[in-house]
Amino acid sequence: MSDGNQGGKLKVVGQRPIRPDGVDKVTGRAQFGADFHLPGMLAGRIKRSPHAHARIVKIDASAAASLPGVKAIVTSVDFDRGASGEVEAGEGHTAIREVAENCLASGKVLYVGHAVAAVAATHPEIAAEAIDLIEVTYEALPHVIDVEEAMAPGAPLLHADLFTKGVNPKPDKPSNIALKSVMGRGDVPGAFKSADVIVEGRYTTAAVHQGYIEPHACVASWGADGQSTVWCSSQGQFLVRALVAKILGMPLSDLKVIPAEIGGGFGGKTTVYLEPVALALSRKCGRPVKLVMSREEVFLASGPTSGSVMDVKIAATKDGKITGAEMMLAYQAGAFPGSPVHLGCMTAFACYDVENLALVGYDVVSNRPKVAAYRAPGAPMAAFAVESAIDELARKLGMDPIDLRLKNAVRDGAKTVYGATVKSAAFVETLEMVKASAHYKTPLAKGQARGVAAGFWFNIGGESSAAVHVDEDGGVTVVSSNPDIGGSRASMAMMAAETLGLPIERVRCIIGDTASIGYSGSTGGSRVTFATGMAVVQAAEKVVADLKRRAAETWGCDLAMVEWADGVAKCADPSKDAKPLSMKAIASRSAKTGGPIAAEVSINAQGAAAGYGVHLCDLEIDPETGRSTVIRYTAAQDVGRAIHPAYVEGQLQGGAAQGIGWALNEEYVYGKSGQLENASFLDYRMPVASDLPMIDTILVEARPNPRHPYGAKGVGEVPIVPPLAAVANAVSHIVGERMTSLPLSPAKVLAAMAKR
Amino acid sequence: MARLTTISGRVGDFTGGLTHFDVEARSVRALVRELEQRFPGLGEFVEEQMAIAIDGEIFQDALTAEFGADSEIVLIPRISGG
Repeated sequence: MSDGNQGGKLKVVGQRPIRPDGVDKVTGRAQFGADFHLPGMLAGRIKRSPHAHARIVKIDASAAASLPGVKAIVTSVDFDRGASGEVEAGEGHTAIREVAENCLASGKVLYVGHAVAAVAATHPEIAAEAIDLIEVTYEALPHVIDVEEAMAPGAPLLHADLFTKGVNPKPDKPSNIALKSVMGRGDVPGAFKSADVIVEGRYTTAAVHQGYIEPHACVASWGADGQSTVWCSSQGQFLVRALVAKILGMPLSDLKVIPAEIGGGFGGKTTVYLEPVALALSRKCGRPVKLVMSREEVFLASGPTSGSVMDVKIAATKDGKITGAEMMLAYQAGAFPGSPVHLGCMTAFACYDVENLALVGYDVVSNRPKVAAYRAPGAPMAAFAVESAIDELARKLGMDPIDLRLKNAVRDGAKTVYGATVKSAAFVETLEMVKASAHYKTPLAKGQARGVAAGFWFNIGGESSAAVHVDEDGGVTVVSSNPDIGGSRASMAMMAAETLGLPIERVRCIIGDTASIGYSGSTGGSRVTFATGMAVVQAAEKVVADLKRRAAETWGCDLAMVEWADGVAKCADPSKDAKPLSMKAIASRSAKTGGPIAAEVSINAQGAAAGYGVHLCDLEIDPETGRSTVIRYTAAQDVGRAIHPAYVEGQLQGGAAQGIGWALNEEYVYGKSGQLENASFLDYRMPVASDLPMIDTILVEARPNPRHPYGAKGVGEVPIVPPLAAVANAVSHIVGERMTSLPLSPAKVLAAMAKR
Repeated sequence: MARLTTISGRVGDFTGGLTHFDVEARSVRALVRELEQRFPGLGEFVEEQMAIAIDGEIFQDALTAEFGADSEIVLIPRISGG
């Protein structure tokens, strides 16, 4: 296998071919989850809780069942009540029982919008009418929304069987704190005792939604022979299969999941909400059922990411060396355990070489929708606190914020607090390139300020499968096992083309369903270009080996004398009068040389390399309204090697835009009764194109990943980590005080400015 | 013997709070068995829900990975993503 350090020899990798999915998406021809139709298909609707916390006393669906056109009604009793075990989803292992409970509540509802029943009918209007006819009797219970209130003694308890894990001895009373996560090293009290400078602060972030444009949608069809099919948009068809099959108590082999085009996921589509419900409905009535969430349902019932409360304290010498830090992180998990607080702890100081560290994280349930993964789960909040504190430290020391970060930056060989050794890191190079950039050297105008912040993400590998099929005319089809969210069809095709020596135009990539390609983990964690890409390259290498064997047999020469370059086999044996054989020539005669030419590879990829980002944000504030306007923004990132640079730049720009929204506007607003009060894009304010300047990017390719054949590192998670602090640091400089609570809404900024 | 460290509080639920100890194992598969014997339930927990950093490199679901007598083994929460 190649070693990832062959940049000068590459012909396809590193180029910018036209994106293969572009035309379909901009012309509306792409088939998303909601676009699929089957003959006889029914329309489904979900009945949702109006209470933040209540016991379900009774569900009476008799009136709904008698409505003409209603074909099926399901509640939680239609799920496999004994479903147990766990499945690896976006934020880690997820208990099947809790996923099922989130899809259809049984004993209690735990948030406004929690699903309690579903209907399938011949028309959407009939389904909607039937939903209104289902009578649910509730016994309302006290609720808790805020994370600190949920942690307080005497808070309403969501789960009587939830005891805090990670505490020794095991508690004898239930709690809303699902997990206490502790990590650290060194002598933290000693570091603070000998410090020249200490900065500390409390930082908070609001729950924010992933904000994908396409709502959750699926079609499910229960086959008369027990073979069932689900069509849906998700970040992993195999994950959907596993969750749906286990919730409904069926063998995996009886369910095929066909991935639709996906209109954004960002981690939020690494679980299921509708799919088991739709299939349960279909099982009851024998007809296909479609379920599509409205935008309001997306906000009410699909995962946002955690809001958080964090205390951070940093000790440093007067020349800027950070000698110690301590941090408390409390993350909202929503209605069921599983916030990414442990990832917040692991990433908080991952950019810096700090000898003495103490971190404690709390995973806290409250009466909100269960959180789901969101790009770099857990890291942006932690980075907001740490990067704000480091900015504060730079101000206190009178140091350039990039110089301060350079002084403390991790370099290869440094030990992270979570146990890994830093390898192939280009954080220092990324900081240096930002410092040398035209943006950083450009003076600010009056009334403007600049924020700097850094971010880290591990990136992961894992199980992936890919197949490479050579067509009879010498073209190639790559079958990927991962839904294409960020351009993986292009990158998979490019890596195959590079390995095979073909022009990119001769290679196409499709996404296989669960029955047509080997298992793969989900599209998430910035793993696909690395792990599935590795499987593609290995499959392509197998194909090349097969092509060479066929050429050798055709020429009657030793296999060792066959060279493969630029899609052509050449014989290096001077004794043979052998004309070069192209891919097309060999493929067209494949029947005579052993049959079809194809290879499939399944691997468990290890060796993913971490990524680092540094962002610059120039900003100004309207003193009349408090509205912040980003006027210039640069995102720089250690990307290993960019397979398709335009897609990588798009990842950086998208992550920055989402992070800017998180910093300035986005939040879940709750009323006193636990109602979400802004469940629409009108009231939940995400940035739109006219809100932002063109986001400049700097791709740092100083350290290709030696464990990937073309040097790729994951790139999709890192860019959402720095923006929260980059924006907040700029706002803080203008306001004249440290802004510690996101979002930095105009009202909040105006109030802070009024105090000065 | 290889030195095992954990940064996960959940491992402490099995070990009674022990966070550093030596292990005889020389592979992840043997480590899982050894942990299960010494702290019932921990081997299965590590196999299903933890990643392992061996001398600084993170492995997930890698039972065949081997390590040396002087290796540093760190049990860490599995890393996922969005």
